[in-house]
Amino acid sequence: MSQDGANKSRRRFLTGAVTAAGGVGVAYTAVPFLAYWNPSATTRAAGAPVEVDTSTLKPGQKMDISWRGQPVWVIRRSESAIERLAEVEDRLSDPASAVASQQPAYAQNAHRSIDPEFLVLIPICTHLGCIPSYMPQPGSLDADWQGGFFCPCHGSKFDMAGRVYAGVPAPTNLQVPPHRIADNGVLVVGEDQEAA
Amino acid sequence: MSDATKAQGGLLGWVDARFPLTRMWNEHIGEYYAPKNFNLWYYFGSLALFVLVNQLLTGIWLTMNYNPSADGAFASVEYIMRDVEWGWLIRYMHSTGASAFFVVVYLHMFRALLYGSYQKPRELIWVFGMIIYVLLMAEAFMGYLLPWGQMSYWGAQVIISLFGAIPGIGEELALWIRGDYNISGVTLNRFFALHVVALPLALVGLVVFHILALHEVGSNNPDGVDIKKNKDSSGKPKDGIPFHPYYTVKDTFGLGVFLIFFSAVVFFAPEMGGYFLEPPNFEPANPLQTPEHIAPVWYFTAFYSVLRAIPDKFGGVLAMGLAIFLLFLLPWIDRGKVRSIRYRGLGHKIALGLFAVAFVCLSYLGLQAPSDVYFGLTVTLWAQIWTAVYFGFFIFLFTYTAFGFEKPKPVPERVTD
Ligand code: HEM
Ligand code: FES
Repeated sequence: MSQDGANKSRRRFLTGAVTAAGGVGVAYTAVPFLAYWNPSATTRAAGAPVEVDTSTLKPGQKMDISWRGQPVWVIRRSESAIERLAEVEDRLSDPASAVASQQPAYAQNAHRSIDPEFLVLIPICTHLGCIPSYMPQPGSLDADWQGGFFCPCHGSKFDMAGRVYAGVPAPTNLQVPPHRIADNGVLVVGEDQEAA
Repeated sequence: MSDATKAQGGLLGWVDARFPLTRMWNEHIGEYYAPKNFNLWYYFGSLALFVLVNQLLTGIWLTMNYNPSADGAFASVEYIMRDVEWGWLIRYMHSTGASAFFVVVYLHMFRALLYGSYQKPRELIWVFGMIIYVLLMAEAFMGYLLPWGQMSYWGAQVIISLFGAIPGIGEELALWIRGDYNISGVTLNRFFALHVVALPLALVGLVVFHILALHEVGSNNPDGVDIKKNKDSSGKPKDGIPFHPYYTVKDTFGLGVFLIFFSAVVFFAPEMGGYFLEPPNFEPANPLQTPEHIAPVWYFTAFYSVLRAIPDKFGGVLAMGLAIFLLFLLPWIDRGKVRSIRYRGLGHKIALGLFAVAFVCLSYLGLQAPSDVYFGLTVTLWAQIWTAVYFGFFIFLFTYTAFGFEKPKPVPERVTD
């Protein structure tokens, strides 16, 4: 391009202005393309709460349900299992459930549930997402085992409240989903207690 | 119009006046002078091109009968295998082709390491190659989800969870990638779109850039000698021979040999004892149950080993990313002036050998359970040792070449036979 007689500073200004305006336009245009990947309204609606009748569950038993396409386990802990929770505390990395994202506030207690007997858990390993095995029997994994969950993928261990042991690859406790116990005793997964 | 094209009459002349057909042919094939001393290692570039075409062709054919939905995917693959005429062959060509692609590309990359083909002035050939490699991994990963088997599902679960390890935005990012709270048909659909349209387009474009960059600076060779320094009176490199007919014929021969091995696998061992198609993938995906033992397909396992070697979630992801990223920087880490392994210092020969062994060992270890024991050490411990060797290579290479420790041999003026 001939530079003769060109007003260079005006040309620079125009180039800059067009680049800036175009850049803003491109950035805004990118929004719909990126947001298109978010969970759609249908996907979000599939996250509606699930009601579960837990009256048939015997101590030690586990029930598999599905909420938001994720597995959820409802486990009725035996009395001795609840007692053993305190015994393993010094081997856990977050015994007090301090990481707030892993459970609703009403489950931030020693048994990580509303009712000490009923544990509601998303059994997706906080390491890389495998489903741990449910091994409630003391001694079933090794001699020291007090019952809990063992992830076969990379060996993470969790106690009977889904609290992670120290020194395993999983960084945090298993997640407790929002849940409440309705007036008729039915367990509702996916709805917070306060909402009741 | 050049003299060469003006002389042409007929159809070719007509086309050449409107499209640079003869000029392109001459520039890239007929009058592209390549060093005359290419050896076996130089087959793998053209073989990679062939496998790419194989993947595109068989992939388009599979798409004609594949159903990208959570309810239909697994059954549609079985349908292709059982009911569609020759469907099994098209599928096995595609699945074996994926593994063959990585075999060929790994050898192709190792050739670049052997002969310093990543060094100045070929940095961009290498960088384009690395982008191709990363996209190829993405392409293979997304393709592996499509049959919607157990390993498809759980492999994807593990890999997408890697993004969840990034502090702060991780969980949101993983949700955005999946488009659902768990991997579902939504995820399958978007992976399908990326696998069949977006990534192949990008790959083909990058391969064009890769070869344009190569033809701009000219091919390296097993001696690492610059053939453009010695030209005859007509300006042709004395050690160069035209790509056609010399290398077109040589590469066709290489293709023949490759096809013998490729067909043997396609027809006699398409699953390759569980390494090319893993056994859990013959069961449909079940989001409620993880298979006993999860291992990625063999071509990812070296990096998977690095991930598992670090006993911290984010640290592992970081180390794995770094293991790939350092390769991008290789042209700037290696400060050596001599290209070919033939004339480089002994230290580099040993280091490169160890690096290759580390890569193979890490790949093997990534297929084993972490608690297995070999020679008294667990897989995890072995993986840590070889991970250290892997990273050690880059540190050694920089120190060795930047501070003048390397004592290379004299490089000949002309290529050797
Ligand atoms: C789709 C995958 C690929 C295709 C189709 C491809 C194709 C080719 C072809 C046809 C050549 C020339 C023939 C030869 O030197 O062997 C070449 C050269 C080269 N490629 Fe690739 N390539 C691919 C991936 C890669 C990757 C992943 C890397 C490394 C990160 C890489 C690095 C190089 C280098 C450094 C050269 C120059 C070699 C020399 O002159 O000595 N390529 N490639
Ligand atoms: S996914 Fe559970 S330990 Fe890695």
